[in-house]
Amino acid sequence: MKITQISIFLENRKGRLSEVIDVLGNSSINVRALTVAETENFGVLRMVVDNPTKAIETLKDNGFVANTTDVIAVEVADEPGALASLLKVIDAGGLNVEYMYGFVERKVDRAMMIFRFDDTHKAADILAASGVKVVGESDIENI
Amino acid sequence: MIWNEDVECLDRDGLKKIQSQRLIDLASYVYDKNPIYKEKFDLLGVKPSDIKSIDDIKKLPFTTKIDLRDSYPFGIFSESIDKVAEIHVSSGTTGNPTVVGYTKDDLHLWSTVMARSLCCAGAEPGDMMQVAYGYGLFTGGLGFHYGGIEMGLTVIPASSGNTRRQLKIMQDFRPRILACTPSYAIYMAEEAKKMGIDTRKSSWEIGIFGAEPWSEQMRKEIEDTWGIIATDVYGLSEIIGPGVCQECTIKQGMHIFSDVFYPEIIDPDTGKDVAEGEDGELVITTLTKRGIPLIRYRTRDIVSITYEKCACGRTSPRISKVKGRTDDMLIIRGINVFPSQIEDVLLGIEGTQPHYQLVITRSDKGLDQIEVLVEVEDRFFSDEIKRLSQLESLIKERLNSTLSIGVTVRLVERGTVERSEGKAKRVVDNRHL
Repeated sequence: MKITQISIFLENRKGRLSEVIDVLGNSSINVRALTVAETENFGVLRMVVDNPTKAIETLKDNGFVANTTDVIAVEVADEPGALASLLKVIDAGGLNVEYMYGFVERKVDRAMMIFRFDDTHKAADILAASGVKVVGESDIENI
Repeated sequence: MIWNEDVECLDRDGLKKIQSQRLIDLASYVYDKNPIYKEKFDLLGVKPSDIKSIDDIKKLPFTTKIDLRDSYPFGIFSESIDKVAEIHVSSGTTGNPTVVGYTKDDLHLWSTVMARSLCCAGAEPGDMMQVAYGYGLFTGGLGFHYGGIEMGLTVIPASSGNTRRQLKIMQDFRPRILACTPSYAIYMAEEAKKMGIDTRKSSWEIGIFGAEPWSEQMRKEIEDTWGIIATDVYGLSEIIGPGVCQECTIKQGMHIFSDVFYPEIIDPDTGKDVAEGEDGELVITTLTKRGIPLIRYRTRDIVSITYEKCACGRTSPRISKVKGRTDDMLIIRGINVFPSQIEDVLLGIEGTQPHYQLVITRSDKGLDQIEVLVEVEDRFFSDEIKRLSQLESLIKERLNSTLSIGVTVRLVERGTVERSEGKAKRVVDNRHL
């Protein structure tokens, strides 16, 4: 089970990040998780939102360079050692993590980790087989 | 001193006689030796026998950089390659570079016109000259080198770069003449100040600066900083390299050695002569070259000309500083850069041409920098930073090798490149030349 991540190209320019968030907010899109990776001159903003189809349309209409990527969201308990055991599963399965980021849910004691693997399908299969709780698109919408 | 007083101070009629005889010889020479010129002549229905004086030059066809590019590498040579003694290469507009070849006689011609140039700038036999133009495929370094030896200078082939060593050479050897690009002269002054060197006390008294556009304001800055007379030199590799024109110490235009490089100033659209003193495109015929003689070569440089005798005693006509270009060529640190070259590289990488823009700046230190902004498009955008960084490095590497100068590349968002009436602005030159 995989979910859709939105990636947006951003120049390192003052106020640029808030412009993206504004555009999404004005279209009633809710950002669930977000991370920025940057170099000296540019950055890539990656996010998980409640409505990726609408988000990408909105961004393109507003002239942003953006695309979608399949990632895997995994639920872990919000307690010490939980992420470590998840990473052991990933390691044992021979999966390569391109990057990852996480967020904590408000109402329950859970954390969500977003993984970008080099092979998304293989990762989804291995994680499911290991009893890890992989989160689907509908779960993201309902957070 | 005047290197060749007989020619450089000759009255107009005398000069015309020499030019006429040389053009008559040249017309038969290229017609017999070079299929490209034969075809050009035939197309216009002109035969070498139609050329009876220099005024008949108007009957002859133009030559352009495209002719050189299309005949890469040696097609435009009139002499077979085994008779060519030296080859130099400069940038072309797209694809192949421009290749020029010199026979042994051409090298001698180069030496003598450079000797004339050096004398024009005030050099005297026995002076020492530091040549800080690049040596190699670029014509700057070797042109000055040959001329210096021809006229009896002591030549230091320092080449460009390694500024600390340049300054040490200046302090220890005490050369009187400095030859380099004007921006490098400014850059060296900055470095010298940092090292605690009093630039006003430099050994240099004469500077010969060229290979890139520079303003009167830069001249004043260089003269004040280094305490020298700064003179302007003009040349292009297609004609010979440096040594086509040189300013004398009067500094009222550059003397063009018209007994060997015959100038015409034309309206670039109609091809007709403009009046003396009016701006137009400089067209040059190499009257005596053998390896790669060019007839009515379109330099694309906009200048004006005067035929008045100069206060220095020379009668050779004088051209103004280059006031512009009829194409979009830029000169960065002495290297010719065409926006089309950058387009070529980008096309080669992505298949279709993304929007790009060149931003040229001159640093406080006087060095020109090119930054290439490339707009990121959906089809090569990636969520992975490493892929974008790889793309950035790949563009940079390809551009550096194509242009022969270092550029910085910056990926930017869509819409960053200014567009006016839908057309992207390809070049932003912030140098205020």
